[in-house]
Amino acid sequence: MTSWLLVMPIAVPFATAVLAYLMRRAPAGRWISLTGSVLSLVASIALLMAVLDEGVIAAQMSNWDAPFGITLVADYLGVVMVVITAITGLATAIYALGEIPERLERLGYHALFQTLIAGVTGAFLTGDLFNLYVWFEVMLISSFGLLVLGGTREQLDAGIKYVALNLVSTLIFLSGIGLLYGVTGTLNMADLRDAVANSEDQTLITVIAMMFMVGFGVKAGVFPLFFWLPASYHTPSFAVSAVFAGLLTKVGVYAMMRMFTLVFVGDIGFTHEILIWVSLATMLTGVLGAAAQTDFRKILSFHIISQIGYMTLGLALYTPLALMGGVFYLVHHIIVKANLFLVSGVAYKLTGSTDLNRIGGLYKSSPFLAALFIVPAFSLAGFPPLSGFWAKYLIVKASIELEMWFVAFIALFVGLLTIFSMTKIWGMAFWKPHPDGIEPVPTRVPAHIRLPMMLPIIGLATMTVLIGLFPEPFVQFAETAAAQLLDPSDYVTTVLGAQR
Amino acid sequence: MNSIIFTAGARILVALLFVFSLFMLLRGHHLPGGGFIGGLLGAVAFIVYSLACGPAEAKSALRASPEGIAAVGLGIALVAGLVAFFFGDPFFTGQWYWVGGDSYETSIFSLNTVLVFDIGVYLVVLGSILSIAYAFEEET
Repeated sequence: MTSWLLVMPIAVPFATAVLAYLMRRAPAGRWISLTGSVLSLVASIALLMAVLDEGVIAAQMSNWDAPFGITLVADYLGVVMVVITAITGLATAIYALGEIPERLERLGYHALFQTLIAGVTGAFLTGDLFNLYVWFEVMLISSFGLLVLGGTREQLDAGIKYVALNLVSTLIFLSGIGLLYGVTGTLNMADLRDAVANSEDQTLITVIAMMFMVGFGVKAGVFPLFFWLPASYHTPSFAVSAVFAGLLTKVGVYAMMRMFTLVFVGDIGFTHEILIWVSLATMLTGVLGAAAQTDFRKILSFHIISQIGYMTLGLALYTPLALMGGVFYLVHHIIVKANLFLVSGVAYKLTGSTDLNRIGGLYKSSPFLAALFIVPAFSLAGFPPLSGFWAKYLIVKASIELEMWFVAFIALFVGLLTIFSMTKIWGMAFWKPHPDGIEPVPTRVPAHIRLPMMLPIIGLATMTVLIGLFPEPFVQFAETAAAQLLDPSDYVTTVLGAQR
Repeated sequence: MNSIIFTAGARILVALLFVFSLFMLLRGHHLPGGGFIGGLLGAVAFIVYSLACGPAEAKSALRASPEGIAAVGLGIALVAGLVAFFFGDPFFTGQWYWVGGDSYETSIFSLNTVLVFDIGVYLVVLGSILSIAYAFEEET
């Protein structure tokens, strides 16, 4: 029966999508979507409990044994990503109650949204490489739909850039899959570990590994493949951009972490060394790009890129501590980043723009919102005692342990520049008076819109503070997750031996 | 396209294509065919029809919105996978009931969830291809 625990986090959002689409013209549609998100969270927590109880669990779909059928696997990393996806999904589903206008609901907003969540969850749970590609496509189609929903000129422009570059990435990924299948004859990730290690043509394997790195790199938005991200994330509705910012790039990082700990470990000196430099460049370009922007969401978009660098750095350093930091960073970042985009949505509703030059006065008129902005913003920059501090601390400590002083220096320097960007938003959106003399008091937005938008922000900020104040269980969890990544023998035996 | 030959020919072609698409759908699983290829053929039938008689008439011949068809198809496919739960099998395990025998060779025909899944796939493919095709026709 454990196999159904693995299926439910994917099946529930799919079923919700179908029902929400059929009910899209009725007000019931949004409540179906909300109920579905709650059920997804319940399903993923049930899965988390099972994993905490039994360790790695796997299930063979259709009763075809691995490596022939499609396997769903949940280890510590996979399951925590599923839970955090469900949390983000629920938060944005609540937020959408306030933000998404009826016009978009009628076009099928909730169905697309739930399909996206299903796609992300599927990518975190699958143990089959081709199936991972299918989930990438599910994500790509539904996210493109969400991006252009409403069809303004700006959105279509962003949508084309987004889809074109992501299609290139999936094509490279797919070619890599084809080559890998040609070399090894299997696509089951657990089975691939041995098959790749025993392959005679290690040069070709390294080439394939680099194809995967580029393919996932575009998805994750690493240097120099990130151009689609700041070109598109500031155009859709705020709930959508929060899900994108929280989850989409992280699927790329997750896939990279999975493949480059489980399968492509034959030539770490080459592949992971490249990744170190790529990560550093990503961190720097992201944060410098943000410094040049004056749009609320564009600044945040560039910061996604810079933070992605920390996560891939955790993978690239490839020590237990670094991977632990990478996993911790992944979870912390999803909560914080989604929350910042949600805050930017409220700021937009209150002040009428996202251009920092044309807004202001939020601190005086809405001090509560200001307090809620401070939490994720300073967590992003790595202020103690918020969650980002521990995440950065682990990464920096790992690089110091390896005596890579330059890496540690860059990591700290980027943190400093992040504070600069956050204080820029703080100063321009919150402190300075509104240039048009408007007082953005909360009551400018009617309560039935304001309350569902504030609730998820409060919830996510509370989580950030809690992780910051009580990091111990989370760090321990990340430690086990990293240990499983570095020694995936549990993963391999569970997958290849899993029955029913 | 205002060719009278095409319009006259399309009547036969559309009927043939559609029957062939259903044939492909039912033939699947044991022989080459299945929901995906069947759905593609069905979509081609409707596209030919809309080229011959205009998109408005093709849409009214379809009766439902293509997106709706795709959503219903997704639902059917999902339900076909969930049936396995009641038999204690993993998700998507095919459930077979053989009429007049106990295997493919001995029985007259079978009732199974695999065909239900294929019908779902058929509808998903039909619906999504048509929604894209109609969107293009509106553009031009």
